Amino acid sequence: MSPSTRSRILLAAGAVLLGGLTYACAGSRSSSLAGSGDNARRVYVAPGEHDELYAFLSGGFGGQVGVYGLPSGRLLKTVPVFSQHAENGWGYSEETRPMLETSFGFIPWDDLHHTALSQTKGEDDGRWLFVNGNNTPRVARIDLTHFETTEILEIPNAGGNHASPFVTENSEYIVSSTRFSIPVPNRDVPIEEYKKHFKGQISFITADQPGKMDIAFQLVVPGFNYDLARAGKGPSAGWMFFTSYNSEQANTLLEVNASQADKDYIAAVNFRAAEACMQQGKGRRASVDYRHNYLDEFSRVARSERKTSVMQILPADCPGVMYFLPTPKSPHGADVDPTGEFVVAGGKLATVIPVHSTKKMLQAIKDKAFEGDLEGIPVLKYESTLAGEVKEPGLGPLHTEFDGKGYAYTSMFISSEIVKWKLGTWEVVDRAPTYYSVGHLMIPGGATAKPFGKYALAMNKITKDRYLPTGPELTHSAQLYDISGEKMQLLLDFPTQGEPHYANALDAKLIKERQVKFYSLAENRHPHVARAEREVGLERRGNVVHVRMTATRSHFAPDNIEGVQVGDTVLFHVTNLEQDWDVPHGFAILGATNAELLIMPGETRTLRWTPTKAGVYPMYCTDFCSALHQEMQGYVRVSPSGSSVALKANTSKSAARSGSN
Amino acid sequence: MTSRARWLVLAAVALLGTAYVFPLWRVDLVAPQYPEGLGMLIRIDGVEGVKPNDLHSINGLNHYIGMKAIVPEAIPELRWMPWILAGLMAGGLLVAAARRRLLLYLWGAALGLLLAAGLWDYWRWGYDYGHDIDRDHAIIKIPGMTYSPPVIGSKQLLNFRANSWPSTGGLAMGVAALLVAVAIVQTARTRREAA
Repeated sequence: MSPSTRSRILLAAGAVLLGGLTYACAGSRSSSLAGSGDNARRVYVAPGEHDELYAFLSGGFGGQVGVYGLPSGRLLKTVPVFSQHAENGWGYSEETRPMLETSFGFIPWDDLHHTALSQTKGEDDGRWLFVNGNNTPRVARIDLTHFETTEILEIPNAGGNHASPFVTENSEYIVSSTRFSIPVPNRDVPIEEYKKHFKGQISFITADQPGKMDIAFQLVVPGFNYDLARAGKGPSAGWMFFTSYNSEQANTLLEVNASQADKDYIAAVNFRAAEACMQQGKGRRASVDYRHNYLDEFSRVARSERKTSVMQILPADCPGVMYFLPTPKSPHGADVDPTGEFVVAGGKLATVIPVHSTKKMLQAIKDKAFEGDLEGIPVLKYESTLAGEVKEPGLGPLHTEFDGKGYAYTSMFISSEIVKWKLGTWEVVDRAPTYYSVGHLMIPGGATAKPFGKYALAMNKITKDRYLPTGPELTHSAQLYDISGEKMQLLLDFPTQGEPHYANALDAKLIKERQVKFYSLAENRHPHVARAEREVGLERRGNVVHVRMTATRSHFAPDNIEGVQVGDTVLFHVTNLEQDWDVPHGFAILGATNAELLIMPGETRTLRWTPTKAGVYPMYCTDFCSALHQEMQGYVRVSPSGSSVALKANTSKSAARSGSN
Repeated sequence: MTSRARWLVLAAVALLGTAYVFPLWRVDLVAPQYPEGLGMLIRIDGVEGVKPNDLHSINGLNHYIGMKAIVPEAIPELRWMPWILAGLMAGGLLVAAARRRLLLYLWGAALGLLLAAGLWDYWRWGYDYGHDIDRDHAIIKIPGMTYSPPVIGSKQLLNFRANSWPSTGGLAMGVAALLVAVAIVQTARTRREAA
């Protein structure tokens, strides 16, 4: 460790300590402020009233998305994505297990970092939410008409899908770039030969056709760590900007070894030029192995398809596709302002916030204002693209969003604050403390051409004393600020699920009128559906027993099953016959080693059960469905292997009578 | 029969025609758990939910009290009524064409009788559903309780308030009947004055 590095680290540590002290004091002052009647009124949503905005907070290591109402901060739903969710059977039911298949097999978890709402003409349109899985590189689509993950695509040649799933102006593409460079193709090499074998990759994924996500092309790029990204718009339409760090290409002790160079790079990718390059046949087809999983709209059964090739582009083969913009000190965010003119870089260790001009960048490219090249990728001169620098913004700038009124808001991790500054003059105009150590911040629509600009949400990494303590493990905290005035005002502090790294929020009107309330029984094309009680049945295929059954208030049909034997696998295909809003039924059976099912009205879900001991096993409805929910039960008789008990099922007379339901 | 009476009859025929398009009656079931509403529309040729699956939901609820399922196909009147109405409208056109006082009286009487019969029939079906309860299999049994909805008005049936009111088609038929009554009164008065 060089003396200068050591002193810098000590300085940062000192700042954290100081910051902690300062803001601990500020905390008590502001909490009395937040308790004031006026702020309370601004976040109060009266009983029966709705929030103004839907907010989608990534769940981080929870692998799911939390849906909150703003300004109240109330949790509305958890949407399971990459993690199994025993609560509703996601990733446990036979229909949803294929969603979690990867080239490595079934994976029950991932680390979900970023959200990206679909856009039309650079504005949020409320169709889909895209999210990324960091650990086993994947992206997913959540359909916002039913708040369910409908598609997951694995990314080959990626070693951590962090810079993802940022979206282009018309949702043509979402992107993925590798956080960890790895050998491409991955193979057995000494780690110390990093510089020789390790490569980065940046993928563009077609996203505007539900159920048809695929990798349009993959750029094979220098072996740096790639971080966040944003699409251009206006003057920068057709471009995508990715931050990178570890341009030192260190493979050990990165906290020191990747913090040496004065500048790392923003990678500017002209994806229209990349498309043209592909059309000219300059791409190459590479053998890979990855999965595309999607939920069929009518059967609601997920399929997992194996894919074996991907188109790759080497930037050196396609001049004009990619440029590097030198950017100080391990940048995290590369945030494009609403006009598309400026790209703001959050250099984690930088003392300024540099702002690149996309217009100047285009001119510099025309003028060939290069200081050199990296693996055939031109490196532009820092001054040639620089629009300005925000001086003394604070410590640890990470990520910037915009209010659409000419101001930018940058989160400062180390000094634990949000800093508001003016685009053009680059002057800091306001600061607000966060509790504590904000990571990303989010302004509804703050990454689009048309920000909502009323609120900012800080998603913090440290919680400590903000809420009633709950032992060593605490929830992460979020704080809502009113940014409609000159000064930011803290309105609300609320706990969140998992670790929200990023979020999006949009006007509730864009989503709420389009909600699916239940699935149409008539359109249910599940292979084992029973659309009425007269369609239920049992079928033995070898030692697999299919039970086609129905659930309606307040009984299962059939509700007594005999003739199952030890060694059988029983598949309960349960169809919820209800055709009304908010009448799910649940299904659970004693000794099931997976989870329960929650079955939405009109839907069929399947639980796999393998009884290991003879006996009688109760099954019941787990979702309080009606006044006689507690009566909604049945039994399965399990006989020893080879028993002569015939396979049969009975339904009660009253069940048969209302069989027309 | 005056020219004005003739126009009144033609207007009444036109109003009767709206019953092919608009529901005659609407029954709303109001309970706290149904903020989005739950109800049935009674049409000249069928019964349907206010929302697509309301009838399905109502039948699901009715199984608790042992009421049989409301199956529109099982109500034969719904097959006849469009033809009866067509006959009435044809009669009206005949009256307007013939301009015979006596024909007007006869047609008016037929209209009145058939409308009354329709209301009675609606009441009878309501009575039948509300009283023909399968008490052996009913889940909720309340001694003496029956579940007929009102023909017109509001009634509490367990946790639901049932509101039954004429809808656009029914109101149009009512107005048609009034117009015919006016035509009859006017025609009769004109005749007295002439005498």
